[in-house]
Amino acid sequence: MRAPAVPDPAAGDVLLAVDNVSLAFGGVRALRDVSFDIHRGEIRAIIGPNGAGKTSMLNVVNGFYQPQQGRITFKGVTRAKMRPYEAARGGIARTFQNVALFKGMTALDNIMAGRTLKMRRSFFWQLLRYGPAMAEEVEHRRRVEDIIDFLQIPHIRKIPVGKLPYGLQKRVELGRALAMEPELLLLDEPMAGMNLEEKEDMSRFIIDVNNHFGTTIALIEHDMGVVMDLSNRIVVLDHGVKIADGTPLDVQGDQAVIDAYLGVAH
Amino acid sequence: MLYREVGQYKTTYAADQAIFPIAQDRWFVWIVVAIAFIGVPLVANQYLYTEVLIPVLILALAAIGLNILTGYCGQLSLGTGGFMAVGAYAAYNLALRLPETNLILVFLFAGLMATVVGILFGLPSLRIKGFYLAVATLAAQFFLEWAFSRVKWFTNYAPSGTAAVGQLDLFGFPIDTPARRYLLVLAIVVVLAFAATNLVRGRIGRMWMAMRDMDIAAEIIGIRPLHAKLSAFAVSSFYIGVAGALWGFFRLGSWEPLAFDINRSFQVLFMIIIGGLGSIFGSFLGAAFIVLTPIFLNQLPAILGISLSTAAISHIEFMLFGFLIVFFLIVEPHGLARLWAIAKEKLRLWPFPY
Amino acid sequence: MLGPVLETLIGGLLTGVLYSLVALGFVLIFKASGVFNFAQGVMVLFAALSLARLSEVMPFVLALALSALIMVALAYAIEFLVLRRLVNQEGIILFMATLGIAYFLDGFGQSVWGSDIYKIRLGLPQNPIFILESVFPGGLLIDPAELVAAVICAVMVAALAVFFQVTRVGRALRAVADDHQAAQSVGIPLNHIWLMVWAVSGIVALVAGMIWGAKLGVQFSLAQVALKALPVLILGGFTSIPGAIVGGLIIGAGEKLAEVLLAPVLVRWFDLAGGGIENWFAYVLALLFLLVRPQGLFGERIIERI
Repeated sequence: MRAPAVPDPAAGDVLLAVDNVSLAFGGVRALRDVSFDIHRGEIRAIIGPNGAGKTSMLNVVNGFYQPQQGRITFKGVTRAKMRPYEAARGGIARTFQNVALFKGMTALDNIMAGRTLKMRRSFFWQLLRYGPAMAEEVEHRRRVEDIIDFLQIPHIRKIPVGKLPYGLQKRVELGRALAMEPELLLLDEPMAGMNLEEKEDMSRFIIDVNNHFGTTIALIEHDMGVVMDLSNRIVVLDHGVKIADGTPLDVQGDQAVIDAYLGVAH
Repeated sequence: MLYREVGQYKTTYAADQAIFPIAQDRWFVWIVVAIAFIGVPLVANQYLYTEVLIPVLILALAAIGLNILTGYCGQLSLGTGGFMAVGAYAAYNLALRLPETNLILVFLFAGLMATVVGILFGLPSLRIKGFYLAVATLAAQFFLEWAFSRVKWFTNYAPSGTAAVGQLDLFGFPIDTPARRYLLVLAIVVVLAFAATNLVRGRIGRMWMAMRDMDIAAEIIGIRPLHAKLSAFAVSSFYIGVAGALWGFFRLGSWEPLAFDINRSFQVLFMIIIGGLGSIFGSFLGAAFIVLTPIFLNQLPAILGISLSTAAISHIEFMLFGFLIVFFLIVEPHGLARLWAIAKEKLRLWPFPY
Repeated sequence: MLGPVLETLIGGLLTGVLYSLVALGFVLIFKASGVFNFAQGVMVLFAALSLARLSEVMPFVLALALSALIMVALAYAIEFLVLRRLVNQEGIILFMATLGIAYFLDGFGQSVWGSDIYKIRLGLPQNPIFILESVFPGGLLIDPAELVAAVICAVMVAALAVFFQVTRVGRALRAVADDHQAAQSVGIPLNHIWLMVWAVSGIVALVAGMIWGAKLGVQFSLAQVALKALPVLILGGFTSIPGAIVGGLIIGAGEKLAEVLLAPVLVRWFDLAGGGIENWFAYVLALLFLLVRPQGLFGERIIERI
């Protein structure tokens, strides 16, 4: 899916808007009245010290958590509650901090699983397999192989993912998300646990996804170098509250952000 | 040496995704099928048909059904016996009240009724996570067992409470000899096993396995959990219902609900654990194992020259099965099917060790 | 009319107490290890068998002590041979493993102790007691054995509840139930904990077996009681000791009342060949409960964090 190249993604139209979202688990207030937006075609980073509520924020966007207050507007449609599979159908894909792959299946099958939404052949054709179901399978296999080539993992595609090293698992998970051809891709710490080389590879993939496919990306990341290099705009959270919102340059110089990371009592 | 893939290049994705991508596997299966359909009827005797082949085939079908639900989709069911009973009694009643109905349609009806009943019991609890489906299926098991023994309509008000089938025929051919029963059962099982293999290799199988491996992640790629679990349950019940009808018609001839009690449920569950969870081939292996072991154990005292009472043999059977269940769960959760696959791996390298 | 119903109710409640005793063993193991121990029923049978057979050749108290020792040894064997090798597997795998253990113990127990029906003599008063003779003609019939069971059960519950809430070991058990690996990483000796829980559960099984056996005679069908415990746990909540009691009482009373009140109605309406609703009533009740309150009356709601 190629979107038209947007000259300045930060000024593009709004794909996702978060309005006054608050989320609490029992006594723990994970998010407090957070609002920001994501423009179509941009790479938006969500950063903050540990426990800031970043993953909770993604979970709300994704539909895993239902906020007590606030609204999410995606592609112009506003809703308070959504199930995760509705988010998926709407064009939101996601990766997780702790890789959420299907451990019993091969890398290829995992990524093929990402094509589920796109596969339409009915149950009865599946019973027969030879014929329309097979044709559909082959067609989607082609797309998946494109993704596998893109992520440079053809050599591991028949290996059960449980046996793969962590870095490759993360790539497979990215592949599965890409297979959904999402409009909005949520990445939860995609670089976690990676060495420098792996981070460079992953960064390149993220940039390529954004450039080639026009996919909007929301990214949680701790590595500040990566964040500053990759993102168009950044949201900073601390203890569930938004404390900064702007371009990398703005955020870098923001005193509140510096304090939050250095742990100044406030 | 024999089992090499040298020279076997897949040039299309279709070839890569075939059931048996390795040529030697394809040959093997065709040979087995040929032996099953042609070779066996030439040499088998009545005992082999009625005590070994027919039970193994029918129970393998039930095992495939349970494997779809438990092995591929990760939902535990303890109601296999009850759903087999539904199939058996549905087939019995249809054949009784509409005697002109084609036998194949009777079995299809059996499967459909089992599906309906299965969905009825399963639907509420499919909305709840975890291991609660086990409870619903347990409730179904006991309720169905009770219903078939108390509601007299099911057995056509027979004073003995048993259901019995008479002469069966298909398209005018009487199915009266063990050999013919065997061939019909074989044909049905092969067709359904083929269909099952197709299902599990495609998008539906992936959907089920995704639910099994991580239902949260399955949701985020767009799978609706209820839909996935329900489809697995429906297909599974269908297979089990057909197996139940086949069991009643071709294995027992006449039966009581006791033939489909909770022990039957456990028996089929053991088959898929030992044979391999998530493997169609494993379902056959498990069925063969569970059927053949008691037969073997019964011959054992004579072979070894010692005497054991039937009770003692039954105890040994229990201990052996219990032990094997635990053994396979610890050592090889994918059961005999994986051991088979490992053996093939070794064979690929033979005569080299690695 | 009220008299027989009340009598059924009391009888049902007392049967329920016995269910609770068995369910207690389940709750212990589930609380500490997240495993639904299908073998609990067979453990009750095995314990009862040991007690019955040993007390044929030695004084009762000695037989009791020896049986307790056997149950502890059994716990050790199970932990060492099975559980240790299945750490952090999913619930469904562990459940199936206990299924295998159940079958093995079934065959093993009957091989070792024999498969006839054996008696356990507890010296309980055999004659039924009649109460409330002034209110109902003839009084209400109560089985003293069941009364004793109720008392013993109450004592056990109190002791266990205290144990879990107050002691250090109890806290460790709760940690283990929550997350095996996390508990291990803070130094809780997983193996010792499981060993202890299974041993205690074995003792509970022994007590249950002793009472059931005294009432019914020790036989095969004792093992089927395990299945009945599942509805009890669903009603009460898998991790709650008071829940096991309340659940057991509800199931026990409910079953008997359904058989006496509901069955005749159904037989008439549907022209059934006899009652026997007891066979499935508990399970269907549990199923309905699942729809309305899946965590049971006292269980914990599970919040999943991703």
